Amino acid sequence: MIPAAFDYVRAGSADEVVAALAEHGDEAKVIAGGMSLLPLMKLRLATPTVLVDAGRIDDLAYVRDAGDHIAIGALTRHRDLETSELLGESCGVLRGVAAEVGDNQVRHRGTLGGSVAHGDPASDLPAVLVALDATFVAQGPSGSRQLAAAAFFEGFLETALAPDELLTEVRVPKTGPDGWAYQKFNRRAQDWAIVGALAVRVAGAMRVALVNMGPTPLRAHGVETALAEGAAPDVAAGYGAEGTEAPSDLNASGEYREHLARVLVRRALEGAQA
Amino acid sequence: MDVSITVNGRAERHDVEPRTLLVQYLREACELTGTKVGCDTSSCGACTVLVDGESVKSCTMLAVQADGRSATTIEGLASGAELHAVQRAFQENHGLQCGFCTAGMVMAAVSLLDEVPNPTEADVRLGLEGNLCRCTGYHNIVKAVLAAAGSR
Repeated sequence: MIPAAFDYVRAGSADEVVAALAEHGDEAKVIAGGMSLLPLMKLRLATPTVLVDAGRIDDLAYVRDAGDHIAIGALTRHRDLETSELLGESCGVLRGVAAEVGDNQVRHRGTLGGSVAHGDPASDLPAVLVALDATFVAQGPSGSRQLAAAAFFEGFLETALAPDELLTEVRVPKTGPDGWAYQKFNRRAQDWAIVGALAVRVAGAMRVALVNMGPTPLRAHGVETALAEGAAPDVAAGYGAEGTEAPSDLNASGEYREHLARVLVRRALEGAQA
Repeated sequence: MDVSITVNGRAERHDVEPRTLLVQYLREACELTGTKVGCDTSSCGACTVLVDGESVKSCTMLAVQADGRSATTIEGLASGAELHAVQRAFQENHGLQCGFCTAGMVMAAVSLLDEVPNPTEADVRLGLEGNLCRCTGYHNIVKAVLAAAGSR
Protein backbone atom coordinates (compact mmCIF):
# COMPACT_ATOMS: atom_id res chain seq x y z
CA MET A 1 0.00 0.00 0.00
CA ILE A 2 1.42 3.33 -1.10
CA PRO A 3 0.14 6.78 -0.13
CA ALA A 4 -1.39 9.01 -2.80
CA ALA A 5 1.11 11.44 -4.32
CA PHE A 6 1.87 14.61 -2.39
CA ASP A 7 4.30 17.49 -2.39
CA TYR A 8 6.80 17.33 0.45
CA VAL A 9 7.89 20.34 2.50
CA ARG A 10 10.57 19.90 5.16
CA ALA A 11 10.17 22.53 7.87
CA GLY A 12 13.19 23.64 9.88
CA SER A 13 11.20 25.50 12.54
CA ALA A 14 7.69 25.97 13.93
CA ASP A 15 7.51 29.25 11.98
CA GLU A 16 8.17 27.40 8.75
CA VAL A 17 5.42 24.88 9.52
CA VAL A 18 2.94 27.67 10.22
CA ALA A 19 3.98 29.49 7.01
CA ALA A 20 3.53 26.30 4.96
CA LEU A 21 0.11 25.68 6.53
CA ALA A 22 -0.92 29.28 5.77
CA GLU A 23 0.14 28.82 2.16
CA HIS A 24 -1.47 25.44 1.53
CA GLY A 25 -4.50 25.54 3.85
CA ASP A 26 -6.68 22.47 4.24
CA GLU A 27 -4.73 20.56 1.60
CA ALA A 28 -1.74 20.27 3.93
CA LYS A 29 -1.11 17.92 6.82
CA VAL A 30 1.71 18.08 9.35
CA ILE A 31 3.69 14.88 9.84
CA ALA A 32 5.88 14.26 12.90
CA GLY A 33 6.74 10.59 13.45
CA GLY A 34 3.94 9.51 11.13
CA MET A 35 2.81 6.58 13.28
CA SER A 36 -0.85 7.63 13.02
CA LEU A 37 -0.88 9.60 9.77
CA LEU A 38 1.09 7.25 7.48
CA PRO A 39 -1.18 4.23 8.04
CA LEU A 40 -4.17 6.46 7.16
CA MET A 41 -2.37 7.74 4.07
CA LYS A 42 -1.43 4.21 2.99
CA LEU A 43 -5.09 3.22 3.25
CA ARG A 44 -5.94 6.43 1.32
CA LEU A 45 -8.20 7.47 4.19
CA ALA A 46 -6.05 10.60 4.32
CA THR A 47 -4.89 12.13 1.05
CA PRO A 48 -3.12 15.40 1.81
CA THR A 49 -1.64 16.99 -1.30
CA VAL A 50 1.07 18.69 0.75
CA LEU A 51 2.91 16.99 3.59
CA VAL A 52 4.71 19.36 5.95
CA ASP A 53 7.43 17.45 7.79
CA ALA A 54 7.94 18.80 11.32
CA GLY A 55 9.96 15.76 12.32
CA ARG A 56 13.32 17.50 12.23
CA ILE A 57 12.51 20.47 14.44
CA ASP A 58 14.87 19.35 17.16
CA ASP A 59 14.24 22.37 19.39
CA LEU A 60 10.66 21.13 19.85
CA ALA A 61 11.94 17.89 21.42
CA TYR A 62 12.51 18.42 25.15
CA VAL A 63 11.31 17.66 28.66
CA ARG A 64 11.93 20.66 30.93
CA ASP A 65 11.28 21.62 34.52
CA ALA A 66 9.37 24.90 34.17
CA GLY A 67 8.93 25.60 37.88
CA ASP A 68 5.30 24.85 38.67
CA HIS A 69 4.91 22.43 35.75
CA ILE A 70 6.79 20.20 33.33
CA ALA A 71 7.01 21.49 29.76
CA ILE A 72 7.31 18.94 26.98
CA GLY A 73 8.05 19.81 23.37
CA ALA A 74 5.50 18.46 20.91
CA LEU A 75 8.18 16.62 18.94
CA THR A 76 9.32 14.61 21.97
CA ARG A 77 9.18 10.93 21.09
CA HIS A 78 7.48 8.30 23.24
CA ARG A 79 10.90 6.70 23.65
CA ASP A 80 12.23 9.93 25.15
CA LEU A 81 9.25 10.17 27.50
CA GLU A 82 9.63 6.61 28.75
CA THR A 83 13.35 7.14 29.46
CA SER A 84 13.11 10.66 30.92
CA GLU A 85 14.43 10.78 34.48
CA LEU A 86 12.87 14.19 35.04
CA LEU A 87 9.48 12.83 34.03
CA GLY A 88 10.00 9.77 36.20
CA GLU A 89 10.47 11.95 39.26
CA SER A 90 7.97 14.68 38.46
CA CYS A 91 5.20 13.08 36.42
CA GLY A 92 5.69 9.33 36.60
CA VAL A 93 2.27 8.64 35.10
CA LEU A 94 3.21 10.17 31.76
CA ARG A 95 6.51 8.34 31.63
CA GLY A 96 4.88 5.06 32.60
CA VAL A 97 1.99 5.24 30.14
CA ALA A 98 4.33 6.34 27.31
CA ALA A 99 5.99 2.94 27.73
CA GLU A 100 2.60 1.31 27.01
CA VAL A 101 2.15 2.97 23.61
CA GLY A 102 2.44 0.60 20.63
CA ASP A 103 5.76 -1.21 20.57
CA ASN A 104 9.46 -0.28 20.60
CA GLN A 105 9.50 0.54 16.89
CA VAL A 106 6.46 2.79 17.20
CA ARG A 107 7.86 4.52 20.28
CA HIS A 108 11.12 5.22 18.43
CA ARG A 109 9.17 7.28 15.89
CA GLY A 110 5.91 8.46 17.44
CA THR A 111 5.72 11.80 19.23
CA LEU A 112 3.61 13.20 22.06
CA GLY A 113 2.42 16.09 19.91
CA GLY A 114 1.50 13.80 17.06
CA SER A 115 -0.55 11.59 19.33
CA VAL A 116 -2.37 14.60 20.80
CA ALA A 117 -2.99 16.38 17.49
CA HIS A 118 -4.29 13.18 15.88
CA GLY A 119 -7.08 13.05 18.47
CA ASP A 120 -7.71 9.31 18.47
CA PRO A 121 -9.80 8.30 21.52
CA ALA A 122 -8.09 4.88 21.48
CA SER A 123 -4.67 6.46 22.11
CA ASP A 124 -3.16 6.12 25.55
CA LEU A 125 -1.51 9.48 26.12
CA PRO A 126 -4.43 11.85 25.41
CA ALA A 127 -6.33 10.22 28.29
CA VAL A 128 -3.38 10.87 30.60
CA LEU A 129 -3.33 14.52 29.56
CA VAL A 130 -7.08 14.86 30.08
CA ALA A 131 -6.71 13.34 33.56
CA LEU A 132 -3.87 15.74 34.36
CA ASP A 133 -5.74 18.80 33.02
CA ALA A 134 -2.73 19.45 30.80
CA THR A 135 -2.31 22.67 28.86
CA PHE A 136 -1.49 22.63 25.16
CA VAL A 137 0.35 25.43 23.39
CA ALA A 138 -0.46 25.99 19.73
CA GLN A 139 1.32 28.33 17.35
CA GLY A 140 -0.58 29.94 14.49
CA PRO A 141 -0.15 32.84 12.08
CA SER A 142 -1.08 35.39 14.77
CA GLY A 143 1.04 33.95 17.54
CA SER A 144 0.66 31.35 20.29
CA ARG A 145 -2.34 30.43 22.39
CA GLN A 146 -2.97 28.00 25.22
CA LEU A 147 -5.71 25.40 25.19
CA ALA A 148 -7.00 23.32 28.12
CA ALA A 149 -7.00 19.57 27.58
CA ALA A 150 -10.63 19.38 28.67
CA ALA A 151 -11.72 21.54 25.73
CA PHE A 152 -9.17 20.27 23.20
CA PHE A 153 -10.59 16.92 22.10
CA GLU A 154 -13.81 17.72 20.25
CA GLY A 155 -14.69 14.48 18.49
CA PHE A 156 -13.30 11.39 16.77
CA LEU A 157 -9.99 12.59 15.24
CA GLU A 158 -11.19 16.17 15.81
CA THR A 159 -9.40 18.69 18.00
CA ALA A 160 -9.60 22.40 18.72
CA LEU A 161 -6.42 22.98 16.67
CA ALA A 162 -7.09 25.24 13.68
CA PRO A 163 -5.89 23.97 10.27
CA ASP A 164 -3.16 26.63 10.29
CA GLU A 165 -1.90 25.88 13.80
CA LEU A 166 0.93 23.67 15.04
CA LEU A 167 0.91 22.12 18.50
CA THR A 168 4.25 23.09 20.00
CA GLU A 169 4.20 22.24 23.71
CA VAL A 170 2.37 20.19 26.32
CA ARG A 171 2.40 21.31 29.99
CA VAL A 172 1.64 18.87 32.78
CA PRO A 173 1.49 19.35 36.56
CA LYS A 174 4.09 17.81 38.85
CA THR A 175 2.43 14.76 40.31
CA GLY A 176 5.49 12.91 41.56
CA PRO A 177 6.66 9.46 40.58
CA ASP A 178 3.84 7.33 41.99
CA GLY A 179 0.16 7.36 42.85
CA TRP A 180 -1.11 6.18 39.48
CA ALA A 181 -2.05 3.03 37.61
CA TYR A 182 -3.05 2.35 34.03
CA GLN A 183 -5.07 -0.64 32.93
CA LYS A 184 -4.95 -1.32 29.20
CA PHE A 185 -7.06 -4.15 27.86
CA ASN A 186 -6.21 -5.51 24.43
CA ARG A 187 -6.01 -8.82 22.62
CA ARG A 188 -2.45 -8.57 21.29
CA ALA A 189 0.33 -6.88 23.24
CA GLN A 190 0.95 -4.05 20.77
CA ASP A 191 -2.69 -3.29 19.91
CA TRP A 192 -4.70 -0.21 20.65
CA ALA A 193 -6.64 -0.45 23.88
CA ILE A 194 -10.07 -2.02 23.51
CA VAL A 195 -10.66 -0.08 26.73
CA GLY A 196 -8.14 1.67 28.95
CA ALA A 197 -8.59 3.11 32.42
CA LEU A 198 -6.23 5.47 34.20
CA ALA A 199 -6.26 6.52 37.83
CA VAL A 200 -3.86 9.20 39.02
CA ARG A 201 -3.66 11.25 42.19
CA VAL A 202 -3.31 14.98 41.47
CA ALA A 203 -3.00 17.39 44.41
CA GLY A 204 -4.59 14.88 46.77
CA ALA A 205 -7.63 14.02 44.62
CA MET A 206 -8.01 10.94 42.44
CA ARG A 207 -8.60 11.60 38.76
CA VAL A 208 -9.89 8.88 36.47
CA ALA A 209 -9.79 8.85 32.66
CA LEU A 210 -10.99 6.39 30.04
CA VAL A 211 -9.55 5.34 26.69
CA ASN A 212 -11.80 4.26 23.81
CA MET A 213 -15.08 4.73 25.66
CA GLY A 214 -16.39 7.45 23.34
CA PRO A 215 -15.35 9.74 20.48
CA THR A 216 -12.80 11.49 22.71
CA PRO A 217 -10.72 10.57 25.75
CA LEU A 218 -13.03 10.97 28.75
CA ARG A 219 -12.88 11.81 32.44
CA ALA A 220 -14.90 9.39 34.55
CA HIS A 221 -16.54 12.16 36.55
CA GLY A 222 -19.02 9.80 38.21
CA VAL A 223 -16.15 7.78 39.69
CA GLU A 224 -14.25 10.87 40.79
CA THR A 225 -17.34 12.32 42.49
CA ALA A 226 -18.09 9.07 44.30
CA LEU A 227 -14.50 8.87 45.56
CA ALA A 228 -14.58 12.49 46.71
CA GLU A 229 -17.76 11.68 48.67
CA GLY A 230 -15.96 8.85 50.42
CA ALA A 231 -17.03 5.80 48.40
CA ALA A 232 -14.73 2.79 48.48
CA PRO A 233 -12.83 2.16 45.20
CA ASP A 234 -14.88 -0.93 44.28
CA VAL A 235 -18.12 1.01 44.79
CA ALA A 236 -16.89 4.10 42.94
CA ALA A 237 -15.73 1.94 40.03
CA GLY A 238 -19.36 0.96 39.50
CA TYR A 239 -19.80 4.41 37.93
CA GLY A 240 -16.99 3.67 35.46
CA ALA A 241 -19.24 3.59 32.40
CA GLU A 242 -21.43 6.54 33.40
CA GLY A 243 -21.58 9.25 30.75
CA THR A 244 -19.65 7.22 28.19
CA GLU A 245 -20.58 6.46 24.58
CA ALA A 246 -18.76 3.19 24.12
CA PRO A 247 -18.41 2.18 20.46
CA SER A 248 -19.27 -1.30 19.18
CA ASP A 249 -16.84 -2.84 16.72
CA LEU A 250 -15.24 -6.15 15.78
CA ASN A 251 -13.31 -6.27 19.04
CA ALA A 252 -16.10 -5.57 21.50
CA SER A 253 -19.72 -4.52 21.83
CA GLY A 254 -20.50 -1.28 23.60
CA GLU A 255 -22.05 -3.26 26.44
CA TYR A 256 -18.87 -5.31 26.89
CA ARG A 257 -16.80 -2.13 26.86
CA GLU A 258 -18.98 -0.74 29.66
CA HIS A 259 -18.28 -3.87 31.66
CA LEU A 260 -14.57 -3.55 30.96
CA ALA A 261 -14.59 0.11 32.01
CA ARG A 262 -16.02 -0.76 35.44
CA VAL A 263 -13.57 -3.62 35.97
CA LEU A 264 -10.53 -1.71 34.71
CA VAL A 265 -11.38 1.41 36.73
CA ARG A 266 -11.55 -0.72 39.87
CA ARG A 267 -8.16 -2.29 39.13
CA ALA A 268 -6.65 1.11 38.29
CA LEU A 269 -7.97 2.61 41.54
CA GLU A 270 -6.58 -0.31 43.53
CA GLY A 271 -3.24 0.05 41.75
CA ALA A 272 -3.03 3.80 42.20
CA GLN A 273 -3.71 3.55 45.93
CA ALA A 274 -1.35 0.64 46.52
CA MET B 1 13.45 14.09 -5.13
CA ASP B 2 16.94 12.96 -4.20
CA VAL B 3 17.08 10.93 -1.01
CA SER B 4 20.50 10.12 0.45
CA ILE B 5 20.76 7.44 3.11
CA THR B 6 23.85 5.67 4.37
CA VAL B 7 22.69 2.07 4.13
CA ASN B 8 24.85 -0.55 5.83
CA GLY B 9 27.73 1.92 5.77
CA ARG B 10 27.40 2.66 2.06
CA ALA B 11 26.24 6.04 0.74
CA GLU B 12 23.08 5.55 -1.33
CA ARG B 13 21.42 8.29 -3.33
CA HIS B 14 18.29 7.75 -5.38
CA ASP B 15 15.71 9.96 -7.07
CA VAL B 16 12.37 8.81 -5.63
CA GLU B 17 8.87 10.20 -5.17
CA PRO B 18 8.20 11.74 -1.73
CA ARG B 19 5.60 9.01 -1.10
CA THR B 20 8.22 6.27 -1.42
CA LEU B 21 8.31 4.18 1.73
CA LEU B 22 11.63 3.41 3.35
CA VAL B 23 11.10 -0.30 2.74
CA GLN B 24 10.60 0.35 -1.00
CA TYR B 25 13.74 2.47 -1.06
CA LEU B 26 15.72 -0.35 0.55
CA ARG B 27 14.24 -3.21 -1.48
CA GLU B 28 13.73 -1.55 -4.86
CA ALA B 29 16.25 1.29 -5.11
CA CYS B 30 19.06 -0.28 -3.05
CA GLU B 31 18.11 -3.83 -4.10
CA LEU B 32 18.39 -5.09 -0.53
CA THR B 33 15.54 -7.59 -0.36
CA GLY B 34 16.38 -9.12 3.02
CA THR B 35 13.88 -6.73 4.60
CA LYS B 36 10.39 -8.14 4.12
CA VAL B 37 6.97 -6.54 3.83
CA GLY B 38 4.51 -8.52 5.91
CA CYS B 39 1.28 -6.88 7.04
CA ASP B 40 2.06 -3.48 5.48
CA THR B 41 0.21 -1.82 8.37
CA SER B 42 2.99 -1.51 10.99
CA SER B 43 1.62 -4.42 13.01
CA CYS B 44 3.85 -7.39 12.23
CA GLY B 45 7.39 -6.00 12.36
CA ALA B 46 8.73 -8.04 9.40
CA CYS B 47 10.00 -4.81 7.83
CA THR B 48 11.98 -3.73 10.93
CA VAL B 49 15.31 -2.03 10.18
CA LEU B 50 17.50 0.31 12.20
CA VAL B 51 17.54 4.05 11.52
CA ASP B 52 20.36 5.77 13.37
CA GLY B 53 20.66 2.57 15.40
CA GLU B 54 17.02 2.36 16.54
CA SER B 55 14.43 -0.13 15.31
CA VAL B 56 11.67 1.26 13.08
CA LYS B 57 9.04 -0.30 10.88
CA SER B 58 10.19 0.63 7.39
CA CYS B 59 6.72 0.12 5.86
CA THR B 60 5.48 3.03 7.96
CA MET B 61 8.26 5.52 7.38
CA LEU B 62 8.88 7.56 4.27
CA ALA B 63 12.28 7.35 2.66
CA VAL B 64 12.48 11.17 2.86
CA GLN B 65 12.12 10.92 6.65
CA ALA B 66 15.40 8.97 6.65
CA ASP B 67 17.14 11.38 4.28
CA GLY B 68 20.62 12.17 5.57
CA ARG B 69 20.43 9.46 8.21
CA SER B 70 21.94 5.99 8.41
CA ALA B 71 20.01 2.74 8.04
CA THR B 72 21.01 -0.82 8.85
CA THR B 73 19.28 -3.82 7.31
CA ILE B 74 19.75 -7.53 7.91
CA GLU B 75 22.35 -7.52 5.12
CA GLY B 76 24.48 -5.11 7.14
CA LEU B 77 24.83 -7.13 10.34
CA ALA B 78 27.40 -9.80 9.51
CA SER B 79 31.10 -9.00 9.07
CA GLY B 80 31.98 -11.01 6.01
CA ALA B 81 31.36 -14.67 6.83
CA GLU B 82 31.17 -13.89 10.55
CA LEU B 83 27.53 -13.73 11.66
CA HIS B 84 26.36 -11.07 14.11
CA ALA B 85 25.87 -12.48 17.63
CA VAL B 86 22.08 -12.26 17.27
CA GLN B 87 22.10 -14.02 13.89
CA ARG B 88 24.30 -16.77 15.28
CA ALA B 89 22.07 -17.20 18.32
CA PHE B 90 18.98 -17.51 16.11
CA GLN B 91 20.77 -20.22 14.13
CA GLU B 92 22.02 -22.11 17.18
CA ASN B 93 18.71 -21.94 19.05
CA HIS B 94 16.49 -22.71 16.06
CA GLY B 95 14.86 -19.29 16.41
CA LEU B 96 13.08 -19.57 13.08
CA GLN B 97 11.03 -21.89 10.96
CA CYS B 98 9.75 -20.36 7.71
CA GLY B 99 12.04 -17.37 8.11
CA PHE B 100 9.70 -14.65 6.90
CA CYS B 101 9.67 -12.75 10.20
CA THR B 102 13.32 -13.42 10.91
CA ALA B 103 15.01 -10.38 9.38
CA GLY B 104 12.67 -8.07 11.27
CA MET B 105 12.88 -10.15 14.43
CA VAL B 106 16.69 -10.06 14.38
CA MET B 107 16.80 -6.31 13.76
CA ALA B 108 14.29 -5.67 16.57
CA ALA B 109 16.41 -7.87 18.85
CA VAL B 110 19.60 -5.98 17.95
CA SER B 111 17.92 -2.68 18.84
CA LEU B 112 16.46 -4.15 22.04
CA LEU B 113 19.84 -5.45 23.23
CA ASP B 114 21.37 -2.07 22.50
CA GLU B 115 18.82 -0.47 24.85
CA VAL B 116 18.59 -3.31 27.39
CA PRO B 117 21.94 -5.15 27.33
CA ASN B 118 21.09 -7.69 30.03
CA PRO B 119 17.39 -8.41 29.58
CA THR B 120 15.22 -10.80 31.54
CA GLU B 121 12.97 -13.17 29.64
CA ALA B 122 10.09 -10.79 30.34
CA ASP B 123 12.12 -7.88 28.90
CA VAL B 124 12.67 -9.86 25.70
CA ARG B 125 9.03 -10.86 25.32
CA LEU B 126 7.88 -7.29 25.93
CA GLY B 127 10.65 -5.83 23.79
CA LEU B 128 9.63 -7.95 20.82
CA GLU B 129 5.90 -7.25 21.14
CA GLY B 130 6.00 -5.43 17.81
CA ASN B 131 7.15 -8.51 15.90
CA LEU B 132 4.83 -11.36 15.03
CA CYS B 133 5.94 -14.92 14.26
CA ARG B 134 3.31 -17.42 13.15
CA CYS B 135 5.58 -20.51 13.25
CA THR B 136 7.69 -20.80 16.35
CA GLY B 137 5.47 -19.86 19.23
CA TYR B 138 8.27 -17.46 20.15
CA HIS B 139 10.01 -19.73 22.67
CA ASN B 140 13.14 -20.33 20.62
CA ILE B 141 13.25 -16.71 19.51
CA VAL B 142 13.26 -15.59 23.14
CA LYS B 143 15.89 -18.22 23.92
CA ALA B 144 18.02 -16.96 21.04
CA VAL B 145 17.86 -13.34 22.15
CA LEU B 146 18.78 -14.28 25.72
CA ALA B 147 21.66 -16.39 24.38
CA ALA B 148 22.86 -13.48 22.24
CA ALA B 149 22.75 -11.18 25.27
CA GLY B 150 24.83 -13.67 27.24
CA SER B 151 27.36 -14.23 24.46
CA ARG B 152 28.44 -10.63 24.09
